Amino acid sequence: MIAKGAELAEKIREISVAEFFEKNRHLLGYENPTRSLLTVVKEAVENSADAAEEAGILPEIKVEIQQLEEDRFRVMVEDNGPGVPSSKVPAAFAKFLVGSKFHRLRQSRGIQGIGIHGAVLYSQLTTGKPTRVVSSLGAGDPVHEFDLMIDVTKNEPIVLSHKTLPNPEGWHGVKVELEVEGRYVDKIIQSVPEYLRQTAIVNPFANLYFKGPDGTSFSYKRRVEELPRQPKEIKPHPHGVELGLLRRMLSNTSARTLSGFLTTEFCRVGRTSALEICSLASLSPEQPPQKLNGEEILRLHKALQSVKLMGPPTDCLSPLGEQMLLEGLKREFKAEKYVSVTRPPTVYRGNPFQIECGIAYGGELREPVQILRFANRVPLLYHQGDCALTQAIREVDWRRYGIPQDGLPKAPMVILLHFVSVWVPFTTEGKQALASYPEIIKEAKLALQDACRELSQYISRKQKLREKQVRMGLFERYIPELAESLSKLTEKPKEEIMSRLERRLNEEKG
Amino acid sequence: MKKRDEVIEALEALGAKILQDIEKGENPSLEVPIRSLSNVRYNPETRMLELGGEKAKRYFFNVAHVRKFVQTVEAAALSKELREVEKHLSLREAFYRMKRTLPGSNINLVDEQEESNLAIEDLELITNLSREKLHFNANKMGSVAGEVVIEDKGDVVDWSKLGSGGWSIPSNVENLVFKKVKAKFVLYMEKAAEWERLHEDRVWERLNCVIMCSQGQATRGVRRLLQRLHLEHGLPVYVLTDFDPWGFYIYSVLKFGSIGLAHISEQLAIPGAKFLGLTADDIEKYDLKKHFIKFEEADMRRLEQIARYEWFKDNKEWQRQFKLMKQMKAKVELAALSSKGITFISEHYLPEKILGHEFLD
Repeated sequence: MIAKGAELAEKIREISVAEFFEKNRHLLGYENPTRSLLTVVKEAVENSADAAEEAGILPEIKVEIQQLEEDRFRVMVEDNGPGVPSSKVPAAFAKFLVGSKFHRLRQSRGIQGIGIHGAVLYSQLTTGKPTRVVSSLGAGDPVHEFDLMIDVTKNEPIVLSHKTLPNPEGWHGVKVELEVEGRYVDKIIQSVPEYLRQTAIVNPFANLYFKGPDGTSFSYKRRVEELPRQPKEIKPHPHGVELGLLRRMLSNTSARTLSGFLTTEFCRVGRTSALEICSLASLSPEQPPQKLNGEEILRLHKALQSVKLMGPPTDCLSPLGEQMLLEGLKREFKAEKYVSVTRPPTVYRGNPFQIECGIAYGGELREPVQILRFANRVPLLYHQGDCALTQAIREVDWRRYGIPQDGLPKAPMVILLHFVSVWVPFTTEGKQALASYPEIIKEAKLALQDACRELSQYISRKQKLREKQVRMGLFERYIPELAESLSKLTEKPKEEIMSRLERRLNEEKG
Repeated sequence: MKKRDEVIEALEALGAKILQDIEKGENPSLEVPIRSLSNVRYNPETRMLELGGEKAKRYFFNVAHVRKFVQTVEAAALSKELREVEKHLSLREAFYRMKRTLPGSNINLVDEQEESNLAIEDLELITNLSREKLHFNANKMGSVAGEVVIEDKGDVVDWSKLGSGGWSIPSNVENLVFKKVKAKFVLYMEKAAEWERLHEDRVWERLNCVIMCSQGQATRGVRRLLQRLHLEHGLPVYVLTDFDPWGFYIYSVLKFGSIGLAHISEQLAIPGAKFLGLTADDIEKYDLKKHFIKFEEADMRRLEQIARYEWFKDNKEWQRQFKLMKQMKAKVELAALSSKGITFISEHYLPEKILGHEFLD
């Protein structure tokens, strides 16, 4: 996947941004008007949430959508993040910062390096309107209001206007306003309200406000006053590095020798390992890394894959944790039982990752089962059937835990799976389904099974209680009949027989 | 009105036992003899199926038992009521009498007649009284004709003077009194059509016998009447059925009793009964092969089952018949004899077989 991203970046440099976008909009989440509108909201919200969290601020995000014409909307997303310095605003929003995040292995929502710029370009291509970005760093900094467009041939920002406004209340944050073509829907999974609802579940520390074009509005108040631990940035692990990324790393490095490159650009590679890699690849440790030819890069890549190394550090991840998952589920669902499991971190192809699972069961929930998939706190709304997380749900033997199953489990419940990693292996650039790595499926199954164990205890306790109630109810019904018949047989008063039987029933209940 | 009799006593004893459980604060229970193949055995001495000593305990405070428990007690209460007013109810009527909805629920005490029937059978087992004695009557189905005079509820009935329909056998023949029995044996047949043939031909007059039929499996009233004629007046009983595994089974039930009614075999079974129906030899003798009805799979299975019954197992003559039938893989109806002549069965088949003592035991 990293290779894919890198190749994408190469392509963006080679052809014009607009051309690239036009050719690939289906991959980028802009394939139809409904999804396009959702993607614009999603990119802005995820940008905002990442910015606030990185600055250690509990996020507060407002989303408003206004309908301008039948197929034209204004999307406004405002956050309480740290803001962007005014000198950096144009580049941050109106220039594809190619590869800005490719090299950076850190758990975050946006990863592909298209993000908000894609939304800006989409707006520009469909409506011809600039994007308004309002930003301030807070007290002491005025409010900067930019109208921006992208010069699609040069990939440079065009600043149509830049105003500074007073900031008496010391507001900080970013507000973007985009005018886009699209279609607004609700009540289906792939809609803006559903996206925000699911976002709220895995961001219980955030306040979310929404105002839709049809007059609906809702808000989610935070249930947790603390951010999850800050994720740490790590360097790539040799086992996980893809050829494309390796090429880019080689050409961008400032190291002068190959062994220097290996020890500084990768994690878990010391001097000894670096020499071993060089010898496996039959390359000199002293040669400059920038000068390797294609054949040599292939050998190096192979050597990186095969050398024996410690796994990457796993303390770089920031799961929500079991308590926060419970709070998230409770905020959204009126269930009778909630369980959550956060698995210990593990590794697939050199990338540390972690699976979390939450289940809400019964109460006001109804069948069929609802599946909520998340990657780094972002809801995955499309391609449920193709996702490794869904596959894991299918592979669990739910019947063992007292839950009927027909492929998916059949119960009034919500299953939440959260994949946390420095690198999310999406099956497409649209970022909607996880690739089926066996390690990921295995971990997801273990998480589900852990949660099921707890749940099945609850279900069987409840089942027993219900059976007992049914039993007692049954006897209660038959008591008057027995008393009546016995009274006829023995000429004892019916009431006397009944009261004795009822006393005995109460003992049975005991 | 009988105040103290064995029926009332048995029913009150059942009630008192349960009441005692309740007063002691115990889980009320009933002991019901088990009525299944495992608790039924053939007694070679009496030549009857008898119920073994196994009993099942049924509790009120038990989800699996409560329904049957209450149904049985209700059947007892109903029986007591009937006894007191000296009335009888058919099984169907008893079902409606017991059927009611439990207050505050959608549960009926009985949903189908099968349930009330079983409750009454359980009551028979517990009290060791037949359902006729408990004032429940089965469907009546059966006719009789012959030189016998009886008295039934004050009416004197001569079985030889009842026209083409004969006397219709009631379901309860307990209180019937035989006034005069001139007939020398009883011919019992499985089908009403055969009976009408023999009645039209006045076989009972010609052979000085009683002719009796039910339809299919003999009802209890018919079986009890046969037994009483056999035991009280020493009349031999000859059973006339098709050459067919199911016909053989009708004979088997009449003679040895059945698994379902093993508890009252003594009141129903006629170990002395003999088989006069079609045999493999008759088929040869009367050239009936052209009237073969081919076996279905079920026929063969049934035949094999019957051949394994304990009471047929060591019977050489019967095993020979079974074997021949197995080879023929076919059955033949008595009615096929009409191909030989309209009254062939009355004028040739029966007299020849009876005179020649061609019975199977």
